[in-house]
Amino acid sequence: MSRAFTAKIITANDLLAGDVIYLTADDQWSRHHAEAELIEDEAHAQLRLLDAARAKSAVGAYLADARKGQNGPEPVHFREAFRMRGPSNYAHGKQVEPDHV
Amino acid sequence: MYNYTDFDAHFVRARTAQFAAQVERRISGALTEDEFKPFRLMNGVYLQLHAYMLRVAIPYGTINPRQMRALAQIADTYDKGYGHFTTRQNIQFNWPKLTDIPAILSDLADVGMHAIQTSGNTIRNVTADHFAGAAADEIEDPRPVAELLRQWSTDHPEFQFLPRKFKIAITGAPNDRAVTRAHDIGLRMVRNAAGAPGFEVIVGGGLGRTPIIGATVRDFLPKADLLPYVEAVLSVYNMLGRRDNKYKARIKITLHETGKEELSRLIEARFVELRAQFGGNDQALLAQIEAAFSAPDLRRADTAAYGAFYKADPVFRSWADTNLAAHRDPDYRIVTISLKKHGDTPGDATSAQMRLIADLSERFGHSEIRISHEQNVILPHVHLSDLPGLHAALRGSGLETANVGLISDIIACPGMDYCALATARSIPVAQQIATRFEELKLEHDIGPLKIKISGCINACGHHHVGHIGILGLDRAGVENYQITLGGDGTETAVIGERAGPGFAYDEIVPAIERLIAAYLKQRENAAETFLQAYRRLGLGPFKAALYPDEGKRNAA
Ligand code: HEM
Ligand code: SF4
Repeated sequence: MSRAFTAKIITANDLLAGDVIYLTADDQWSRHHAEAELIEDEAHAQLRLLDAARAKSAVGAYLADARKGQNGPEPVHFREAFRMRGPSNYAHGKQVEPDHV
Repeated sequence: MYNYTDFDAHFVRARTAQFAAQVERRISGALTEDEFKPFRLMNGVYLQLHAYMLRVAIPYGTINPRQMRALAQIADTYDKGYGHFTTRQNIQFNWPKLTDIPAILSDLADVGMHAIQTSGNTIRNVTADHFAGAAADEIEDPRPVAELLRQWSTDHPEFQFLPRKFKIAITGAPNDRAVTRAHDIGLRMVRNAAGAPGFEVIVGGGLGRTPIIGATVRDFLPKADLLPYVEAVLSVYNMLGRRDNKYKARIKITLHETGKEELSRLIEARFVELRAQFGGNDQALLAQIEAAFSAPDLRRADTAAYGAFYKADPVFRSWADTNLAAHRDPDYRIVTISLKKHGDTPGDATSAQMRLIADLSERFGHSEIRISHEQNVILPHVHLSDLPGLHAALRGSGLETANVGLISDIIACPGMDYCALATARSIPVAQQIATRFEELKLEHDIGPLKIKISGCINACGHHHVGHIGILGLDRAGVENYQITLGGDGTETAVIGERAGPGFAYDEIVPAIERLIAAYLKQRENAAETFLQAYRRLGLGPFKAALYPDEGKRNAA
């Protein structure tokens, strides 16, 4: 039996700045995890990943586990939580960007 | 030190221009990421978790004050005001924008630096003993040979597409400070019975997922045969190395699968062919390079003030006891400037610190600076009478920590704070261990101890050769830390032994504390180091300290 599909988001790094970006439902790349499209269907996920791979401004798009949260999708794995925040040794990256949510 | 010839300068400029054009084509969409990736890797550009990363070579760990200031300038202009010195004598900038990288490479070229072959399946930056040219135990300065290897390997057409990366380390002293036994080729200078200098050639060492201590394929290779011999090793590896499986592609696996005897036979056969072709050109070039590495004119001055200062100032004394090493001239010392202030990130230096180091090397150190694989900075030639002044100038800068070789002098890879391959964080673990033992005021009592931390099985933090090694893993979506004990990266190299099941993120520091308590209790006297005690006692008592509940369970 194949494992049940769990919800995903699509994330990548920005081509120019290299920072973490998320694919939104309206085909934009957002800096905010909570604005990502939460994908709950496996076939749709594969299609969206193809869309993402075609995007010129995104590098290395992949599907990451996510769950529904109060203000939008939240990361499941600690790796995605770190990507959403930035490094733990300095206040750098997303955690200090002015419009961080 | 060696300065670029016109050829070198032109080569680096041409490569910078070439890469700038490749970046432009990537941004315009003319190159896909798959097409661009091999180009960027050839020029030291990675994409990490939060940003691009640029890895700049500090060949054989040698850098001059002008270059250090250029690194500071790059950190301020294009990054976040700091750089990270690594176990392979490189510096990494963690936040450059892709669009800025060509300008950074151009700034580097201005001072004779580059990022060529700091990544990719090529011969990487050749690393050397960080005390090279100064150490009391040295036979010869190994850096001219390292420079020869750099010139030979840079853009060598035969070795641009090796089965996998290839790392060479070299030391000019019998005491191995360059971890030569854990490199694809390790070169350790020795003398033969007649007293002539040559190399023990060690092949097939490596860490990563399959840690292997290299095999000695030649006990004594005359110095003059070095380059054809190294080329023979590369040539055999290039032919036999497995290209079908990335995890089996390093020469250590070739060694394992082919066997030392057969591999040696192939190397020797190829060596005979190649030596004939070299025709002495390599030796002529080496002679030129050697001239560029002439030692500084050491000065003569009264040393009495040093002794008086040492007696009078306990803070200076503590620093002198840990951070100085013997120089070949008895009136000089090798100074290690610690980049391991308790609680800070191992190996990071701010731009202000880089500038201070550059200034101090000019004031007190004959303008020489080295970077160690242990992620510290070395001033290799400081006169005894200058040590108090140097120490005073370091105070307050965050560079005055007296902890070299102690428990807080930790090697840590970037781990999951930066690295896309990581399975767990390593930096905060290092920070917490250092902070904890500083609170306990125990580290000088504990004495020499090397803790090394990697954030995944690639082992960039050398955990296998740490007296205490810590490997961060992902166990079912949670960070988990495995401990290895008894590793050694010197001439008596040993891969550490796994102690048992791993520890959660918040359990790892207490686990290390129990381990150290067990050592302090069991050591014969204060002179017996952790590693010596481990060798005498074996895993048993340390395992019992790490897993106290297990003992209870067995006793019940
Ligand atoms: C973008 C960051 C990095 C990446 C992608 C990376 C990748 C890797 C990989 C894949 C290996 C295993 C090679 C193998 O077993 O075939 C490795 C080994 C190693 N890396 Fe890194 N690394 C990174 C950062 C670093 C840093 C920061 C250092 C120095 C502090 C470093 C030094 C080493 C060393 C010493 C080894 C083990 C020796 C060996 O090659 O067997 N790496 N690295
Ligand atoms: S050991 Fe792993 S986590 Fe650490 S730098 Fe190397 S690849 Fe990254």
